[in-house]
Amino acid sequence: MVTAGALYFLLAALTRRLPGGETFPTPLEVGKTFMRSLSSGELPKETWTSLWRVVVAYGLAAFLGLPLGVALGRVAPLREALLPVVNFLRAVSPLSWIPFAILWFGLGNPPVIFLVFGATFPPLVLGTMAATLAVPQIYFRVGRDYGLSVFAITLPAILPQVFTTLRVTAGLAWVVIVAAEMVSREGGLGFLIHDARNGQMLDLAIVGIIAIGTLGILTDRLLGLLGRLPAVRWGYER
Amino acid sequence: MIELENVTLRYDATEVLSGVSLRVAKGEFVAIVGPSGAGKTTLLNLFSGALPPSEGRIQRGGKTRMVYQADGLLPWLTVRKNIALGVRELPVSQREARVTELLTLVGLAEFAQHFPRQLSGGMRQRAELARALAGETDVLLLDEPFSALDYLTRLKLRAELARLLAERPCTTILVTHDIEEAAQLADRILVLSERPASIQQELVLKAPRPRDVTHPEVVAAIHTILEALGVE
Repeated sequence: MVTAGALYFLLAALTRRLPGGETFPTPLEVGKTFMRSLSSGELPKETWTSLWRVVVAYGLAAFLGLPLGVALGRVAPLREALLPVVNFLRAVSPLSWIPFAILWFGLGNPPVIFLVFGATFPPLVLGTMAATLAVPQIYFRVGRDYGLSVFAITLPAILPQVFTTLRVTAGLAWVVIVAAEMVSREGGLGFLIHDARNGQMLDLAIVGIIAIGTLGILTDRLLGLLGRLPAVRWGYER
Repeated sequence: MIELENVTLRYDATEVLSGVSLRVAKGEFVAIVGPSGAGKTTLLNLFSGALPPSEGRIQRGGKTRMVYQADGLLPWLTVRKNIALGVRELPVSQREARVTELLTLVGLAEFAQHFPRQLSGGMRQRAELARALAGETDVLLLDEPFSALDYLTRLKLRAELARLLAERPCTTILVTHDIEEAAQLADRILVLSERPASIQQELVLKAPRPRDVTHPEVVAAIHTILEALGVE
């Protein structure tokens, strides 16, 4: 927090020396705008909008992506059939789907949810598939010896690596939502940043950026806390 | 009891085992030694049922359990839970007591709540042995169980295995490249030939276990096996 504050202070001081840079908001201006947007309810409202969109889109991506990743890891013909498609989707920037997202879903929540889903689903599938493929064969042999199902071996064996994938992709969700909300034009922190820039309110744009970054950190912290559960922790400690 | 009758195994066109016949009596300890890559582990996989033979017949009576070379414990389960996998066929009321008894038997009572990574290699193999012997195991298959351990730990675990089997008698088949280990533990040693493997020589040892490495019967067996394997 202190480091981030110091860095912003430095950034503001340097930028304000550039020609035309005097419009860059000072830390004090940002602080005042933060308090104002907080008390007016604008910041909590847009934060909530972005947060639930990410929760829905990312939750859906995890709900569908994790089982598909396990299936691709376990069933070779399915992997051969679907892996090129998933890799293709991963290689294409999710933002390139923006025109189609608007065409298919119009404005508001649906295109944003679609774009965040599109950005996080392929890496979640690939990460889970890689984790499944990496499970040592000996665990399955032991499972057979002692009457455990393939699922009872696969799930705990992949959990630590899946967890890392979840943390990385959660960050991606926050990266994409800003651009998605800029074009969907119906609320959210991305729209707040976009609108603030159009209205020359750079201090409000900075507040929006800080909110996004903070949400990203909090999401990672939350997942980090879950990572301390014994069912996940075994894979990280040596 | 376990019996192989004229068993042959081929991978595609390559013959790995050729016409192996073998009968292991109830409670007997048989060790299988042989050149590297001869098919010792393959033979063990036939015993366990993991591999079907290309030709011949295998008859096995009772429950078979395998102890692997290394890392056979499931790393996400504590030592207690790993051993508890072995008692799943027992009535629920007996399971806890049986696991506790086994933990004490292999000297891991204090480490019951530890995860496998927190144990030394020797402790992990002891936990694996306890898991394999936990249920109503009739046949214990050991696939080079001590090969990943240092020499001193290997010596200790040999004695420990002999003690465990004295307390819980069980038909045992040990695959090993360690001739000394085979001679110290087994009632009978089978020497496999090069691929396609067949039983090249059979030695019977009568001295009671645990045997000292300097025991004359052990020394003589080591000498005979080395000769059979073409090592001067």
